[in-house]
Amino acid sequence: MSGLTLNSVRKDFGGFTAVNDVQLTVPHGTFVCMLGPSGCGKTTLLRMIAGLDLPTSGEIRLDGEDITAVPTHKRNLGMVFQSLALFPHLTVGENIAYPLRIRGAPREEQKRRVDELLAMIHLPGYADRPVAKLSGGQRQRVAIARALTRSPKLFLLDEPLSALDAKLREAMQVELRQLQQQLGITTIVVTHDQREAMTMADTVVVMNQGEIRQAASPMEIYRRPADTFVADFIGSTNLIDMETDSAGRAVVLGQAIPGLSAPSGGKAILSVRPEDVQLTAPGGDGAITGTVTFVRDLGGTIETFIDCSGRPLIAVSTPRARPEVSVGQPVGVVLDPGVCVVLDR
Amino acid sequence: MRREAPQKLTDYAPLAFPAIMLTLFFVIPFGTMIAVSFFQRQQGGFYTPAFVLSNYERFASLFFANVLGFSLMLAVLVAICCVAIGVPFTYLLTRMSRRAQIVWMVALLSVLSLSEVIIGFAWSTLFSRTAGITNLLVALGLMEKAVALSPGFPAVLTAMVYQALPYTILVLYPALVRLDPTLTEAARTLGASPLRAFFTVVVPALRATILATLIMVFIFALGSYLLPQILGRPQHWTLSVLITDQAIYQSNMPFAAAMAVFLVLVTLAMVALTLFAGRKREAAA
Amino acid sequence: MSVFLRRFYFVLVGLFLAAPLIVVAGVSVNARQTLAFPPQGFSLDWYIEIFADTGWRNALFASLTLATLSAALAVAIALPLAWFLWRRIAPWANVFQLLGIAPFTLPPVITALGLLTFWATTGFYGQPWTAVISHAIFFVTLPLVTLSLGFSAIDRSLVEAAATMGADDRTIFRTVVLPLITPYLVSGYAFAFVLSLNEYIVAYMTVGFTMETLPIKIFNALRYGYTPTMASVTVLFVVLAAVIYSLIARYGDLLKLLGANSEEKP
Repeated sequence: MSGLTLNSVRKDFGGFTAVNDVQLTVPHGTFVCMLGPSGCGKTTLLRMIAGLDLPTSGEIRLDGEDITAVPTHKRNLGMVFQSLALFPHLTVGENIAYPLRIRGAPREEQKRRVDELLAMIHLPGYADRPVAKLSGGQRQRVAIARALTRSPKLFLLDEPLSALDAKLREAMQVELRQLQQQLGITTIVVTHDQREAMTMADTVVVMNQGEIRQAASPMEIYRRPADTFVADFIGSTNLIDMETDSAGRAVVLGQAIPGLSAPSGGKAILSVRPEDVQLTAPGGDGAITGTVTFVRDLGGTIETFIDCSGRPLIAVSTPRARPEVSVGQPVGVVLDPGVCVVLDR
Repeated sequence: MRREAPQKLTDYAPLAFPAIMLTLFFVIPFGTMIAVSFFQRQQGGFYTPAFVLSNYERFASLFFANVLGFSLMLAVLVAICCVAIGVPFTYLLTRMSRRAQIVWMVALLSVLSLSEVIIGFAWSTLFSRTAGITNLLVALGLMEKAVALSPGFPAVLTAMVYQALPYTILVLYPALVRLDPTLTEAARTLGASPLRAFFTVVVPALRATILATLIMVFIFALGSYLLPQILGRPQHWTLSVLITDQAIYQSNMPFAAAMAVFLVLVTLAMVALTLFAGRKREAAA
Repeated sequence: MSVFLRRFYFVLVGLFLAAPLIVVAGVSVNARQTLAFPPQGFSLDWYIEIFADTGWRNALFASLTLATLSAALAVAIALPLAWFLWRRIAPWANVFQLLGIAPFTLPPVITALGLLTFWATTGFYGQPWTAVISHAIFFVTLPLVTLSLGFSAIDRSLVEAAATMGADDRTIFRTVVLPLITPYLVSGYAFAFVLSLNEYIVAYMTVGFTMETLPIKIFNALRYGYTPTMASVTVLFVVLAAVIYSLIARYGDLLKLLGANSEEKP
């Protein structure tokens, strides 16, 4: 089949397991973001795909061909490094032409391709500049162009935007995604920035402690997290204990919630996004009673901190639906069973 | 890049040439020298393979003890002088602009590269009666008439400090240039004068470096072989001079080799002592 | 420390370093063949003498040849060793690093004597080429140190990047590693060259009776009395060393080579 497949890939460093039994399929032409806290094994996984590290066990296939033991330089891929790794002794043009030059391509072909790529990254006429004279964003683009010089089958990026300031980074995210769609190239980006992952990816792969916790579309990851780690890592959420009462109803913070499926094991955890927490007058039907402890008005959103019998909860509302609350006042909390997710403990 | 252990035999290929050269022309000559130090000397400058300790037994003489004692004393004195001049100098140098540092470094490297022959010649000229520094003092009216300042112990010591000072500064430079400048700044804000900050903050922070430098300069000075000959009298000859003398002029290779082995042992003992002192401090810290 | 005190101290050290050279420079332009300072008269004859006199010219030529060849050999030994140590994990190979640093660290008379006994035992004693090998081994430390420094300064992701773009080990070495290491290679060569030019005892013990390098020639001349050519040669050597080190400083990062942090960082 076409695309990239990882079969039971594992990597040990001494006694430490960096990547544990990873199973992943990346169909041709998709954009995948590997997301996770630092040390979760995402970079190691990317390096194994690139051939820069060898898996301890498992198999990596590209378009059906087993490439597990193929040396890096014989895999047709392009990679952007966190440090960018632009050659300081070469000019912009020479950096971009490098993959062609070492294969002995004719000069005219090298020049044509360099001009083509410089136009693509909006830096025409920069071929003869030394890389040291470029700005951060320009270096970034050159690194991307260089990785695409030989139209690789696989485009890998390791924290590619981490050195840029926030504004430029957001612009580059959009640009990178548009470029990928235009070229239709299979792309894997490692990042620890969830906004980046949500902006660019077809599929977000959330990793923790060397394992894939969930691989799905950004919306799915956000709306249907597979476990408490994913729910907590992506965006912010309220994680609340829930249990089944003697009548078989789901009970959250002492309040039975009709319409919410009761956990089979008796106990579970409910994940509710702050924007899904509705505030009403206290004592309403099906409402949990709590006390407002703090209100943070950020202009665009209003965050209300609530204490429900010792359990902190956060509700986020828009200025249009500004809740009538003040600190110290009791408030009713209504959870919509349709948007709550029940997770194993 | 994956830095990995060599997998195939061909991965070792780059090592072949350096390994062969260093083994053939350093390890084997070194071994030859050790072997020769046990050989029997024949009349007329030849020697025959044997295993005799007589070359080493000659160390147990008053003459040899004097030479050894003088060599060690001279090297220690040179090391102390160089470090005493070099530490403040290097410290101040590292606080100067890069440009000034480069100019000084070029000068220091040029002096360091000078042949011992040239240093010996230059100082013998400076210390001579006809072209020496005393002529300047006479011209200034500070002296009655020009005199020769060499041969003599002060001449040997001065020239050896001259030879070893650039080396000392270059050994000290990396540690001092990386010394956190905020250390002394902090001391200054706490009310220490610059001089006081130097002695209470910089010197203690560099104690290990200074000790290591002392030992390195000591070994460097121990290797001096021409200056004592050119600027000193026979009683100022060091072990290095004696080795050269025995090997070349007395044609007594076995004895020269035995002394060289002894010199290596002294050097290694010094290095071991430094490492030991360093480790002990680390353990105490 | 006041600025005045600091200046005074630097002037003092500077004078100490320069004094013998100033006197020698003065002596070298004496009009007559006498050792006199301040110089009596002015003449550059003693500089012309270096090239005009067969003995001095041959010695100069011998020294330059020896320095050129032995520095090249030293680099040829140091480069693959430093590359291997950087490229591979092989702790035992550090033994060779140690062997490369030992000759220069031990008192020179030891290396000299070792080589003397070796060449005498193998029967090659006195052959000019033995001096080339002897100097290469004696000075291999210098390129080894500069090259190790140079390799450690190479960002390994550059090499990985080259691999992802299709370069094999050999190509990476040629197109990435070698260009980046060249400044260190050149300065390692220059250090070995200058020191070989000035080296006395190893050359003397290995080929002292068959070949006269300049330091040997100066020492021999010194033993038989005084000739002003010694002074002019000395000045020539100091100038040559200063020029070579200035060139390193001009085209490379001299202070980094000597242990400072690199220039980019403030």
